Amino acid sequence: MHILEGHGVTKLFGGLAAVSNVDFHVDQGEIVGQIGPNGAGKTTLFNLISAALPFSSGEIRFKGQKLNGLKPNQICQKGVARTFQQTKIFADMPVFQNVLVGAMFGTPTRISAADANREASQKLEFVGLSAMSATLVKDLTLVNQKRVEVARALATKPELLLLDELMAGLNPAEVSEAMELVRKIRDEGITIFMVEHVMKAIMGICGRVMVLHHGEKIAEGTPQEISCNKQVIEIYLGEEAHAGS
Amino acid sequence: MDITRFIPTNRKLLLVGLLILIIFLTTFPLYSKEYYIRLMAIIFMYIVLAVSWAMFSGPTGYMSLAPAAFFGVGVYTAALLYQLKGPLLPLPAVIVVGSLASFMLAFLTGLVTLRLKGIYFAIFTFGLVVFLKELINYLEITVSKVGGRHISYVSNTTVFYILLGICVATLLTAYFIRRSRLGLAMQSIGGNEEAAAHMGVNTTRVKILTFAISAVFMGAAGATTAPRLVYVDPGLAFNVTYSFIPILMAVFGGMGTLYGPVIGAAVFAYTEIRLRQQYPYYYMLTWGIILIIIIFFLPAGLAGLIPKLRDRLGGPISKLWKGGKAEEHAHT
Repeated sequence: MHILEGHGVTKLFGGLAAVSNVDFHVDQGEIVGQIGPNGAGKTTLFNLISAALPFSSGEIRFKGQKLNGLKPNQICQKGVARTFQQTKIFADMPVFQNVLVGAMFGTPTRISAADANREASQKLEFVGLSAMSATLVKDLTLVNQKRVEVARALATKPELLLLDELMAGLNPAEVSEAMELVRKIRDEGITIFMVEHVMKAIMGICGRVMVLHHGEKIAEGTPQEISCNKQVIEIYLGEEAHAGS
Repeated sequence: MDITRFIPTNRKLLLVGLLILIIFLTTFPLYSKEYYIRLMAIIFMYIVLAVSWAMFSGPTGYMSLAPAAFFGVGVYTAALLYQLKGPLLPLPAVIVVGSLASFMLAFLTGLVTLRLKGIYFAIFTFGLVVFLKELINYLEITVSKVGGRHISYVSNTTVFYILLGICVATLLTAYFIRRSRLGLAMQSIGGNEEAAAHMGVNTTRVKILTFAISAVFMGAAGATTAPRLVYVDPGLAFNVTYSFIPILMAVFGGMGTLYGPVIGAAVFAYTEIRLRQQYPYYYMLTWGIILIIIIFFLPAGLAGLIPKLRDRLGGPISKLWKGGKAEEHAHT
């Protein structure tokens, strides 16, 4: 079943098409990756799904329901949570309160304070941050701030989680841990749609990958198929190899 | 001897202290001179303005310069409904009408302006004060053809008690909002509004609601204070200093805590009034220097002194304090 599907999704910034007529779908229980050069429109696509930006045209459906015209908070309460490329944390609040915001407001029905507290501590434990629940988030390392974002998103009880460059800026050991975390989330029954530049992560955990370039979808398939695709190598993978990463 | 023993760290001591304060304040007019009753009433008025300003602008980070508008609406409601030539309504009803009018005004401006961010919001709210002053001035001159209005007499003691009541109501509201879902939502908006929205917070509703709630108390304070002014015209009612002074007080006291703006308003109002009487020519100069020193050395305001003192004064108690705080975070 398609949990998320988009048809002819287009976003124009002035005359520039940041996302141009993209069709895509994500199936229940999948881990789908999105790759492409900088400026390809990957984050813009996430912003359209989560309603951070309005569409120019096209439609996105979540579990068959149209998401067009909804507000970000409504999208979240429908069951689509996200993290951000540039972490957007509540810097001056303790770790626990950050996650509590997700637990308190992320569900469509009002949740009691006790339940929200329980939910938040569970999610903190899930990402391995229980010991730091009283620390201010601004005092954490980048990798832990990203964990807070994941816990906060999970606390909204999503069915679909959008991860925007979770691994960017992490060292190899941290990348492995993050990959493990993503798998663990999927095993909880949450579908994952992720933007990532770290190819090891994409190859390791994604069941399917789509490639964006200049706002258009140029390829889609299993990680193996994508890594052999000539056009993708030319545009994206080759470029990376030249860059030495 | 360990002097830290005298700093109240536990709840019971704090409650006893509060009780003594309440008894002291409620009996204050019985044994005080008129002058001090009036002084205290002014302090209460500023506490209401500072606390209700900090209630919204503190956690959300939206710098509102509108207190004078909401205060002025209260003042002008009293000027219209509680005139010397014949009050149209009893004073409590006038205060209720003033608060509701402020609430409505804040609600409507909130709808229009709370999508403005940062400095633009501040400028708009500042413009609101000036706009209302000019609008009412114009209406008074062209429609009702009066330059100003005399307000009916109310005793200092009555004003004292009503303002004390409003003050308590403001503090209780601020206290409960801080601990409620609404408080958490406001904090998350101040932390990162975009992320808050993506976590399911209805940011528009939270902002408009809390902005309007904070205006209720400003309006009530305005309607109660109006009789003390005796004569009111639009320029007096919508005076922008009623916007800046409460903000200075809240910053001066420290916005991170509930008691910060209270301490700020009390100390600020008292010293300002006393300095003005003692040194009518130099008080602004002295006052400016004091403000600069405070903001320079105590960025967290006067309230920032309290944890500092605790740390300074002794290990065991400060540990207890920090431990307690960490626990509080874990439980909320």
